[in-house]
Amino acid sequence: MGGHLRGRLVKDLAFKGIVCLFAFLSLLPLFLILYYITKNGIAVIDWDFLFHLPRPIGETGGGVANAIVGTLMLIVLSSVISIPCGITAGIYLSENKEGKLSNTIRLSVIVLQGTPSIVIGIIAYLWIVAPLKTFSALSGGVALSVMMLPVIVKTTEETLKLIPYHLKEASLALGVPYYKTILKVILPSGLSGILTGILLSVARITGETAPLLFTAFGNQFMNINIFKPIDSLPYRIFYYAMSPYPEWHSFAWGASFILVVLTLALNLIARGISAKWKTRF
Amino acid sequence: MENTVLKIDSFSAYFGDNKILKEVDLTVPRNVVAALMGPSGCGKTTLIRCVNRMHELIPGASVSGKMTLIDEDIYAMQPIVLRRKVGMVFQKPNPFPTMSIYENVIAGYKLNGIRMAKSELDSIVERSLRRSALWDEVKDTLHRKGTFLSGGQQQRLCIARALAMNPEILLLDEPTSALDPKSTSQIEELFVELKRNVTMLLVTHNIAQAARVSDLTAFIYLGELVEFGPTEKMFTVPKDKRTEEYLTGKFG
Repeated sequence: MGGHLRGRLVKDLAFKGIVCLFAFLSLLPLFLILYYITKNGIAVIDWDFLFHLPRPIGETGGGVANAIVGTLMLIVLSSVISIPCGITAGIYLSENKEGKLSNTIRLSVIVLQGTPSIVIGIIAYLWIVAPLKTFSALSGGVALSVMMLPVIVKTTEETLKLIPYHLKEASLALGVPYYKTILKVILPSGLSGILTGILLSVARITGETAPLLFTAFGNQFMNINIFKPIDSLPYRIFYYAMSPYPEWHSFAWGASFILVVLTLALNLIARGISAKWKTRF
Repeated sequence: MENTVLKIDSFSAYFGDNKILKEVDLTVPRNVVAALMGPSGCGKTTLIRCVNRMHELIPGASVSGKMTLIDEDIYAMQPIVLRRKVGMVFQKPNPFPTMSIYENVIAGYKLNGIRMAKSELDSIVERSLRRSALWDEVKDTLHRKGTFLSGGQQQRLCIARALAMNPEILLLDEPTSALDPKSTSQIEELFVELKRNVTMLLVTHNIAQAARVSDLTAFIYLGELVEFGPTEKMFTVPKDKRTEEYLTGKFG
């Protein structure tokens, strides 16, 4: 009897141990990534690296200023395209829970989310690069905006669905027109959730490389014209890491460090917003 | 009759093919509390939601018959114009969570884009909060969020928000059913106070509440208006057998 009980306690303990072990193992990759990138990348970061342009092959030094500016521009471009579309679609879905169009949109969003990013790059190439006959920041922004869209639509829908129906009724019963009820009562009440979704979608696309390969293309020089090719941090990492020069390898680590810090910051800000600005109903 | 605020004439309401209200006739004179009572699902809430045309927002809902608000045909008016003249207080307190107490009171003006001088808004806020007996409790915290108030205070804030628009009639949809007994009696006292200036249509499933606050009572059963008359009379000598059975707790 006693032995039986002990056997069960041992199994119980073993199970708990295994759960903890695997939980820890799932954390390991993130910490290893952060460790290596910080170790190899942080030494490269200095004034020159952040504010100078890449030098040609054979010269030493130089930086990734053009890639930082390019990535920020791509974020702005894709946000400008995807935020209005995404929020509007999210509003539509939360307002029309049933219906053919709603179901089609929902399914499309899921499929879009699962579409390989390189395919989205090809589509953007066909839409923008081919007709304009040049690689451009614009085409990269379009490709990334298509990638942002599902996240924004989903989070907007989920957030607005949680807003109690009686708030909408309260507004309508005051004689407030439907569109103003949505814009001035419903959207502000869901602001924190929507902002969180936007930041997470930005974090998602910041590190995308594949859709930029044949859209934004990359650029050795500083460019702020959206109709010209533009550089980006992930592309710069790819370019430097593929090179045979040790100095460029360390530059790749440095650019990775910037990228990871940027993504991490976006995620942390998103968490902060959703915790702090949460609307109390 | 000049003194009539709301006149309902053989009015029916439907959800799809389902007839929720059957040829209801009801006349509500000025400055009274008229209670609508009846068992759950009898159509009393549907009836007041037809007065401010919130009923038709539900897919598949339709109505027939006539309703007039001070000689104006309710179903010929624009809903957004009508709803500014008809205030509504809901079962659950629903102050706007993103707005302060002050902003909540003037929400009807702000959301509708009606511009006014600050001093005018200030006086509307103070007057409305005084009328809903909330002023003394919140006058120092007007710029805090309305959702930090207690349930009873939130409900009085919602009443202030409705009163701020100077409605012709105030629809009250079981306004105390989510509140504790103390807040309930505060709000009931408030209704008695308010009827000097406002006409109120109160939906309640609480018979005692109808008896305490209303001048007129309508008993609705299975979508039918069984009986309508002075509260005192109905509670002492009901004309219809069903009313008597309801009041004595035989059903409902």
